Amino acid sequence: MTTLSVSLTVNGKKVSADVEPRTLLVQLLRENLHLTGTHVGCDTSQCGACTVHVNGDSVKSCTILAAQADGADVRTIEGLAQAGVLHAVQEAFREHHGLQCGFCTPGMVMSSADLLVKNPNPSEHEIRTWLEGNICRCTGYHNIVKAVQHAAQTLRQTAQAAE
Amino acid sequence: MSVTSIGTSVKRREDKRFLTGKGNYTDDMNRPNQTHAYILRSPHAYAKIAALDVSAAKAAPGVVAIFTGDDMKVGSIPCGWQVHSKDGSPMKEPPHPPLAQGFVRHVGDQVAVIIAETYSEAKDAAELIEIDYHPLPAIADAKKALEPGAPPVWPDVAPDNLCFDWHIGDKAATDAAFEKAKWVAKLDLINNRLIPNAMEPRAAIGDYDVSNDLHTLYTTSQNPHVIRLLMGAFVLGIPESRLRVVAPDVGGGFGSKIFHYAEEAIVTWAAKQIERPVKWTAERSESFMTDAHGRDHHSHAELAMDDQGRFLGLRVATIANMGAYLSTFAPAVPTYLSGTLLAGVYTTPAIYGEVKAVFTHTVPVDAYRGAGRPETTFLLERLVDVAAEVSGIDRVELRRRNFIPPDAYPYQTPVALQYDSGDHAGCLDRALEKSDWAGFPARKAESAARGKLRGIGLSTYLEACGIAPSAVVGSLGARAALYEVGSVRVHPTGSVTVFTGTHSHGQGHETTFAQVVSDQLGIPIESIEIVHGDTDKVPFGMGTYGSRSLAVGGSAIVKAVDKIVAKGKRIAAHLLEAAEADIVFADGKFTVAGTDRSKAFGEIALAAYVPHNYPIETEEPGLEETAFYDPKNFTFPGGSHICEVEIDPDTGVTQVVRFTAVDDVGRVINPMIVEGQVQGGIVQGIGQALLENCVYSEDAQLLTGSFMDYCMPRADDVPFITVDHHTTLCTHNPLGVKGCGEVGAIGCPPAVINAVVDALKPYGVSHIDMPATPEKVWQAIQAARPAAAAE
Repeated sequence: MTTLSVSLTVNGKKVSADVEPRTLLVQLLRENLHLTGTHVGCDTSQCGACTVHVNGDSVKSCTILAAQADGADVRTIEGLAQAGVLHAVQEAFREHHGLQCGFCTPGMVMSSADLLVKNPNPSEHEIRTWLEGNICRCTGYHNIVKAVQHAAQTLRQTAQAAE
Repeated sequence: MSVTSIGTSVKRREDKRFLTGKGNYTDDMNRPNQTHAYILRSPHAYAKIAALDVSAAKAAPGVVAIFTGDDMKVGSIPCGWQVHSKDGSPMKEPPHPPLAQGFVRHVGDQVAVIIAETYSEAKDAAELIEIDYHPLPAIADAKKALEPGAPPVWPDVAPDNLCFDWHIGDKAATDAAFEKAKWVAKLDLINNRLIPNAMEPRAAIGDYDVSNDLHTLYTTSQNPHVIRLLMGAFVLGIPESRLRVVAPDVGGGFGSKIFHYAEEAIVTWAAKQIERPVKWTAERSESFMTDAHGRDHHSHAELAMDDQGRFLGLRVATIANMGAYLSTFAPAVPTYLSGTLLAGVYTTPAIYGEVKAVFTHTVPVDAYRGAGRPETTFLLERLVDVAAEVSGIDRVELRRRNFIPPDAYPYQTPVALQYDSGDHAGCLDRALEKSDWAGFPARKAESAARGKLRGIGLSTYLEACGIAPSAVVGSLGARAALYEVGSVRVHPTGSVTVFTGTHSHGQGHETTFAQVVSDQLGIPIESIEIVHGDTDKVPFGMGTYGSRSLAVGGSAIVKAVDKIVAKGKRIAAHLLEAAEADIVFADGKFTVAGTDRSKAFGEIALAAYVPHNYPIETEEPGLEETAFYDPKNFTFPGGSHICEVEIDPDTGVTQVVRFTAVDDVGRVINPMIVEGQVQGGIVQGIGQALLENCVYSEDAQLLTGSFMDYCMPRADDVPFITVDHHTTLCTHNPLGVKGCGEVGAIGCPPAVINAVVDALKPYGVSHIDMPATPEKVWQAIQAARPAAAAE
């Protein structure tokens, strides 16, 4: 089997690996780099449990090949908290019980964090529409939406304070 | 000063690991020298395997071993519940081999396991396996499977596909009640087949320690001890002492991870054959065709009323699909978890229910969130709305007239159960108020002004959970007991480890159970660790399902802590030179009553482990106690759910715009967690009512085999959910708790469909089967339009 050499930045660290051409980014993350926080919940790119950031955009890491991420800057759930301090979205999910079994959570958090970069003040409808690509079976989404609303508020306040 | 966290929303202790990607799910684990398994599955619903040649596959790169049914001759996967037919004969019980023995009986049935160095290599090699299938006629529809000449799933065991023909209640008394009826409401309905779809696909790792002949199975299970028992004793013949089952973090279950599955036995058995660990993780497509499905009941129901609308009698006949094999609890779902609830919240004096359970060439059907109780609740609450139409009595008033009054408790139903507590009118009143039922006409008018049809619907329900006294379930056919185990280990410096036989896969036991123990021992939550999910750590347990964890498992922990406190008092009496009867324990201190002489909990713990000054003649050193708690009765949560929908008549799209739930789940330990459980259950209920449907073709091919075809509820399909409580305490367990995990999925679907039917009333629609998809709703509107136009 031919292999490809890929080099990328993951959570701020330069990494490289030899992978089969068919290897998905999520496989590279989970199997080669042992970053098992990114989950696989389906095989049709529907569930969003594998959502990570690639060059700043939320991407389902089962939809792209590892080879396509060559040279990219990837952030996973393991790299979201900074210096032990939870990201505002993580903190809001904890505070507002936005998770139960935790399996969809990394994808939900990564997707929500990207939303709040692109739209710092989303309406409930905008949050629900954005998260349409992330399936949760436990929460009924109620507390996830609440958490994103509160995280948005926190991030806006932080941004204002910094101005 | 007493400080308790009971009744407060303590933030979950498990969240940090989940939020930072540090959860430890089965597929996150890897064992040294591990191999990977791919399971080759049947593409046919029913076929004879005429020939199977694995030689080319065995030679493929990376392949370590390939096993078929010819290699794996082991015991049958057992069914845990035996139901008897009306005539006293036991249910038909076909064998369930982990790997097919000559025949496959549903799409997804296991044919061979390919084990290789990598998963990709195993999967590639599977394509080289040559199988000569001789396809046979197959059937998926349970009703049609009972017709003469239908293709049999088990020609030798059950040639007519009938597994059992069960009944409950008094037929003669019920028939007599219908003779006296002023009005009779009738309804045929389908409880649609669902696919559970916990977000974590099932996974299993078998590990074998050759030098000590010890097996370990890591698996996505709601009940590791049950898996150890079923797999060890019945399938593989491994004694419990040589088999460890670990269920680490589990990503949701909803019932689907109760059951013992073939893959668990396959990896455990194969690991011994190759003397290397074997890991298998389901792809989602495999989940669709192998995780036990839920519901799939066809029912005809009739309700007799007198001239005041009082319910006189209820007759129900149900056909329940069992699938191709009998899964762990499958026979109990349409019978003892369903038929026993036909009284609901009503005083109906005469009830008769019949259930025909049927084999089909489909995935086994078993307990899915609510298990039998959603089916009965949907049937009853739809039927009561039809009864309101037939009698002309307002649907709220009709329910009130028939409620079991609070002073009638304990209430013996005509269908075996004795309810201990409840206040149905209280729940309903609160729900009507919280939902602003009275304001609905104005909202309907506002919707109409925008060209939308608005409907409102309710359900008033009761369910039975916390199942149940072991002797009772034993007499009903359960082949296991249903107590729970709690073990409390107090360490020398006063910290505490609690071992529970229940399993948390989203329910937050690490938090709730710690709150209970903290309250009882008067020590901080931070001093308490909750351990679950490992048969080598926890003495025993029956696991988590049927909303039993707190009601049964929590009670076991309370009983174990009681024993700790009792021993602590004896030690304290010695240290304080007082009579044991004079020692009181409160706020973490053992005190001589009426004095300020006391010993802190930690001092007693230390004395127990360093017994220098100790009642050694009468007390063993150490401070650790275990309790097995066998429940005295089921618990009976209930409540009222009110749903408002808005329908676009041009597209048939139905949107739930308001949902209010007022539930009675007994004492609430952590309101935040309870609300989350209820909201999650309600959205699964909305999913069943409007979106989700498992579809098989006539010849039993699974047509909804992915998230592309099976419509899961998404964030933009649902509104915020209003959750409130109207509490009566359970009278027979120490915490007064009833259970909250399933109430949402049970109470919700009839409220949604009653709202849809209410909205479609102008079109003469009297019933619509779930899921009320846009197409179905649009068709119902179109069917009525010519008639409406002609008027």
